[in-house]
Amino acid sequence: MEYFLQQLVNGITLGSIYGLIAIGYTMVYGIIGMINFAHGDIFMIGAFIAIISFLIFGLTSIALPFILLFVLLISMLFTACYGWTVEKLAYKPLRGSFRLAPLISALGMSIVLQNFVQVAQGARTKAIHPIITGKFEFFKESDFVVIVSHLQIFMVLLTIALMAGFTFLITKTDLGRAQRACEQDKTMASLLGINVDRTISVTFIIGSSLASVAGMMFVLYYGVIDFYIGFLAGIKAFTAAVLGGIGSLPGAMLGGLIIGLIEVMWSGYISSEYKDVAAFSVLIVTLIFFPTGLLGKPEIEKV
Amino acid sequence: MLDIKNIQTFYGKIQALRDVSIKVNSGEIVSLIGANGAGKSTLLMTVSGINKPREGVIIFEGKNIEKEEPHKIVKLGISQSPEGRRIFSKLTVEENLKLGSNIYENGRNYLNDIKEIFELFPVLSDRKTQRGGTLSGGEQQMLAIGRALMARPKMLLLDEPSLGIAPKLVNQIFVAIKNINKEKKVTIFLVEQNAKKALELADRAYVLVNGKVTIQGTGQELLKNQDIQAAYLEGGG
Ligand SMILES: Nc1ncnc2c1ncn2[C@@H]1O[C@H](COP(=O)(O)OP(=O)(O)OP(=O)(O)O)[C@@H](O)[C@H]1O
Ligand SMILES: [Mg+2]
Repeated sequence: MEYFLQQLVNGITLGSIYGLIAIGYTMVYGIIGMINFAHGDIFMIGAFIAIISFLIFGLTSIALPFILLFVLLISMLFTACYGWTVEKLAYKPLRGSFRLAPLISALGMSIVLQNFVQVAQGARTKAIHPIITGKFEFFKESDFVVIVSHLQIFMVLLTIALMAGFTFLITKTDLGRAQRACEQDKTMASLLGINVDRTISVTFIIGSSLASVAGMMFVLYYGVIDFYIGFLAGIKAFTAAVLGGIGSLPGAMLGGLIIGLIEVMWSGYISSEYKDVAAFSVLIVTLIFFPTGLLGKPEIEKV
Repeated sequence: MLDIKNIQTFYGKIQALRDVSIKVNSGEIVSLIGANGAGKSTLLMTVSGINKPREGVIIFEGKNIEKEEPHKIVKLGISQSPEGRRIFSKLTVEENLKLGSNIYENGRNYLNDIKEIFELFPVLSDRKTQRGGTLSGGEQQMLAIGRALMARPKMLLLDEPSLGIAPKLVNQIFVAIKNINKEKKVTIFLVEQNAKKALELADRAYVLVNGKVTIQGTGQELLKNQDIQAAYLEGGG
């Protein structure tokens, strides 16, 4: 029981990371109907910007909460620029061409981003010392002590705050309404005076900044990154988006949580060496048996 | 106000509009009638900037708009209620209306505008929180017109507002169109297959056949025109 609780805590933490990345996949799919395979690498870029910022701020005497805030804002800002640029360079010129074209372009962008980081930052791993330390211990009298670290609480709370803000943005603001309108009918949206290109750009900006937060959390949680982390995390988050129902925002959050839990439970109870297999199995099972996902809409609207 | 001059619009190799010239003066209701496939919707979409003409110019209040982007044309004062209504089915009635006012970015108070739309079409007020997709055809048409009005246009383009709607509602919608023109002072360019109603309402009208304007005149002249009676008005039109 205590062991299970521990896995639950770890799974929710991991699920936060996947959920934040998954939103980017699902939003981009929703608005332009493509899988942005470079999104995992945008997450990786976010992680690098975060680790570099942490290393720089580590040299200063700024208090920890401010460092966290600055790093958060810096990586969101810069990563958003990357996401925006990728869309402008690699996808926008292909709008209106055949369906596979932007997909191929996305794979190309993914390689470009990885190689760019590999060249600019070196192929070796980058590491930092733990920044948020401290923990709560539960069930101390039992033989398995459940540990909830301050970092885990920080990650989950930050995720909840971002998701709440994001949900508000999509459901209540002009921007979110325009975004949902563009998902359904871009021509009609433009007939109402909505700047469709700008709405698509904003989608990439939002998706990228959420992924960058996931990147920062990854840095804090694992302490070490390399230019390749975007691939695995990307595929798992993509699985989360598909599992939740691609195009569905609550689905992406739920999917992220479930994938995080499955991965942790799998490594806790079955085999930690094959933990990555778990996500792929889920992906395959979902695609075969319920391709619309848990919260996806089976409406045949995107032809 | 709107001056369409010698427009040629193509879909790939197919030519949909051939040398079309149409004028709409400020304050008028101008109707364009024509059979299926004549090119009526193509013309409205060309004015709105969705289709780009290969030749010709479109001048709105002295400004060339034939190369302008659709959302900028809305800002200049032309909005459209398109064929098939194109309601955002997953968004509520109120959200659909608010979308129409998205062009005003600095927190404009659109609640008052929504109230005016509800006065024009009281049914919409009862359906406020309902999803657009659950409305009846007639209600959707009212919503589409209301949504287009939310941009506070100087000119409203209406594409077949009577399409697939019960006669009683059609009357109501035509009364509303007249209202919009007379009271809200919005110039109206109306496309219809329901020739009788469109001509009765119009100050002036044009007939489009195979992408070409063949006849033009005042609404009354066209109602009396023998060719039009034969082609569009007989059999209840
Ligand atoms: N997207 C398109 N691609 C190719 N051809 C098109 C397209 N849209 C319209 N057309 C063709 O252009 C011509 C004019 O079509 P349009 O829709 O403008 O006619 P319409 O007068 O609005 O007809 P209706 O009364 O049926 O709405 C038709 O021959 C039609 O087949
Ligand atoms: Mg038409």
